Amino acid sequence: MSNKLEISRRSLLLSGAVGAAGLAVSSLPFGRALAAGSLSVGFIYVGPRDDYGYNQAHAQGAVALKKLPGVKVTEEERVPETVDVEKTMESMINLDGAKLIFPTSFGYFDPYVLKLAKKYPDVTFMHCGGLWKEGEPDNAHSYFGYIDEAEYLSGIVAGHATKSKKLGFIAAKPIPQVLRNINAFTLGARSVDPAITTQVIFTGDWSMPVKEAEATNSMADQGIDVVTCHVDSPKVIVETAEKRGMFTTGYHANQAALAPKGYLTGAEWNWEALYPSFVADVLAGTTIPHLVRGGLKEKIVKTSPYGAMVGAAARKQADAVKAQLEAGTFVIFKGPIKDNKGNTVIAAGVSQGQTDIALESMSYLVEGVIGSTS
Amino acid sequence: MDETSIGWWGVPLAIFAGAIRISTPFLFVSLGEMVTEKSGRINLGLEGTLIMGAMSAYGIAYLTGSPWLGVLVAGLVGTIFGMLHAGICSLPKVNDIAVGIALMLFGTGLAFYLGKPLVQPQAPNLPSFNFGWWSDLQQVQSALKINALFIIGVVLAPVFLWALRNTRWGLILRIVGDSSDAARAMGYSPLAVRLVATAFGGFMAGVGGSFLSLYYPGSWNEGLSSGQGITAVALVIFARWNPMNCLWASLLFGGASALGPALQSVGVTQGYYLFNAAPYVLTLLILILSSSSHRHIAGAPGELSVTR
Repeated sequence: MSNKLEISRRSLLLSGAVGAAGLAVSSLPFGRALAAGSLSVGFIYVGPRDDYGYNQAHAQGAVALKKLPGVKVTEEERVPETVDVEKTMESMINLDGAKLIFPTSFGYFDPYVLKLAKKYPDVTFMHCGGLWKEGEPDNAHSYFGYIDEAEYLSGIVAGHATKSKKLGFIAAKPIPQVLRNINAFTLGARSVDPAITTQVIFTGDWSMPVKEAEATNSMADQGIDVVTCHVDSPKVIVETAEKRGMFTTGYHANQAALAPKGYLTGAEWNWEALYPSFVADVLAGTTIPHLVRGGLKEKIVKTSPYGAMVGAAARKQADAVKAQLEAGTFVIFKGPIKDNKGNTVIAAGVSQGQTDIALESMSYLVEGVIGSTS
Repeated sequence: MDETSIGWWGVPLAIFAGAIRISTPFLFVSLGEMVTEKSGRINLGLEGTLIMGAMSAYGIAYLTGSPWLGVLVAGLVGTIFGMLHAGICSLPKVNDIAVGIALMLFGTGLAFYLGKPLVQPQAPNLPSFNFGWWSDLQQVQSALKINALFIIGVVLAPVFLWALRNTRWGLILRIVGDSSDAARAMGYSPLAVRLVATAFGGFMAGVGGSFLSLYYPGSWNEGLSSGQGITAVALVIFARWNPMNCLWASLLFGGASALGPALQSVGVTQGYYLFNAAPYVLTLLILILSSSSHRHIAGAPGELSVTR
């Protein structure tokens, strides 16, 4: 009941605001110039923004925007992927005057972003990881990075660092993005030595600190000496691995501060490079593509600086591949590639480049990965 | 780095190590709750108390550099929460389960709010004893790194059992829990005894929480407790209000929780969702096998609202 009242109050506020804005733009000669110089941006996170992980990477992007002149940033943390995010977005639009919104969690897109994008056609929605399809609102956009490129480089460094030839990968759920990272990491490591294997442990959810610590410990007990992960906050895994004397490669953000002895390198998002360009596009009125994708070349992902323990051979090989990736001449998923059950998944002579849509529905683990997707 | 792999031996070892590492919060919360329930009251709010304990212990350890001070403060915060629960329940016609649920949500929310600046910093962790010095195997050494809190918990269980059976305090607690009329007739105030018992339960839950943030997994995070507090309350019923059974139940739960990751690490990769559910399946099985429609649950306090 009260909810209905609230919405009607908000719509009232909105119609007032839109009317006033329209009046300002049309009647005053400097109105448009003024509007072009200032922008209110909203950021919505699914967890705490200083989690050493997924949310921190986005928050670093928000920090980059705060430095821009005329940009006002509003943030809200721990917003669940429910109707709550709709309320948050509406209040950002109506109360803070947000014209550009970053709902950063995967589950926000359908139906919440889509619904509000229809309702507020003058607000731009930039959604991370989403899958914008033809026919969906024009002001909704989705962006994502080919972070498997950075994972491949992490794999190379891990492949040089391991003595037992056994790597570990702690992952939340067997979804395509996660499998792609596991596979790229393993392919990178096996490009150093084809005898290397990657043991996968799925914890079942994005944030399970006790299970993540337990998984790291059981990997250490099995003689695995380099561990990496794909969970929301790698903090517990990196800290536990450091206690057990293992090497780690990071994910999402830079975790080097947590493991001075064991942090080799890591696959990081580079949102602080990408987000200012979105703001510039919105201010200039340039059309933003509906699907923004890119990797190292487009500076959407990056790698953590090497730890001091990374040897010269590892640096040399990783840097060489990185240069090719940045030039766009290196293909990670290049046939022949077999899955870990012996089936050929990419035939010889077939190259699936980064933009290949087949990679976005990956459902297998490559040869050398010990684990199963179900 | 040790290069030896112990293969399948890793599974029993991981279950053993997991039993020790994961069980401590269960042990503390269930021992405390056992005392509370023996007095005839159930405190479901311990989940919130546990999280408040974890947060305050981490904050204090970070600010003062002393993890043991953090443990103490966590216990005090837990005591306050316990007294709050007991205080509200002392009012006439207040349902202890409803108050517990309210306090669970309140404690969780308050801990997340106050713990906001603590997600990033690293606080000093509690020290552990190395009981694995005799072994050359790095895996065994790691499994036998045992935290002092676990040892305290293990010692407390038989002490509680003895105290419940043989001391005046234990007797008063049991009288109040079994019949408040009888307690009143003997001149004891059930409300005062329950206040002390619930405050004590809160203290233990706070300390249990400090183990989560200061030892294992050893950092403050909003997803830190995935229901350990509420599980521990259920463990008390499962343990039939016997402190030694609380110890065994906690160990069983800890070991079963380690099963999923351990099996995956040796290559048993099918059905990990099922293995991850092992602790709960095990609980259900034992409850079904040990249930009986003929007799009253042995050891159940007569005044407890869930069994009355």
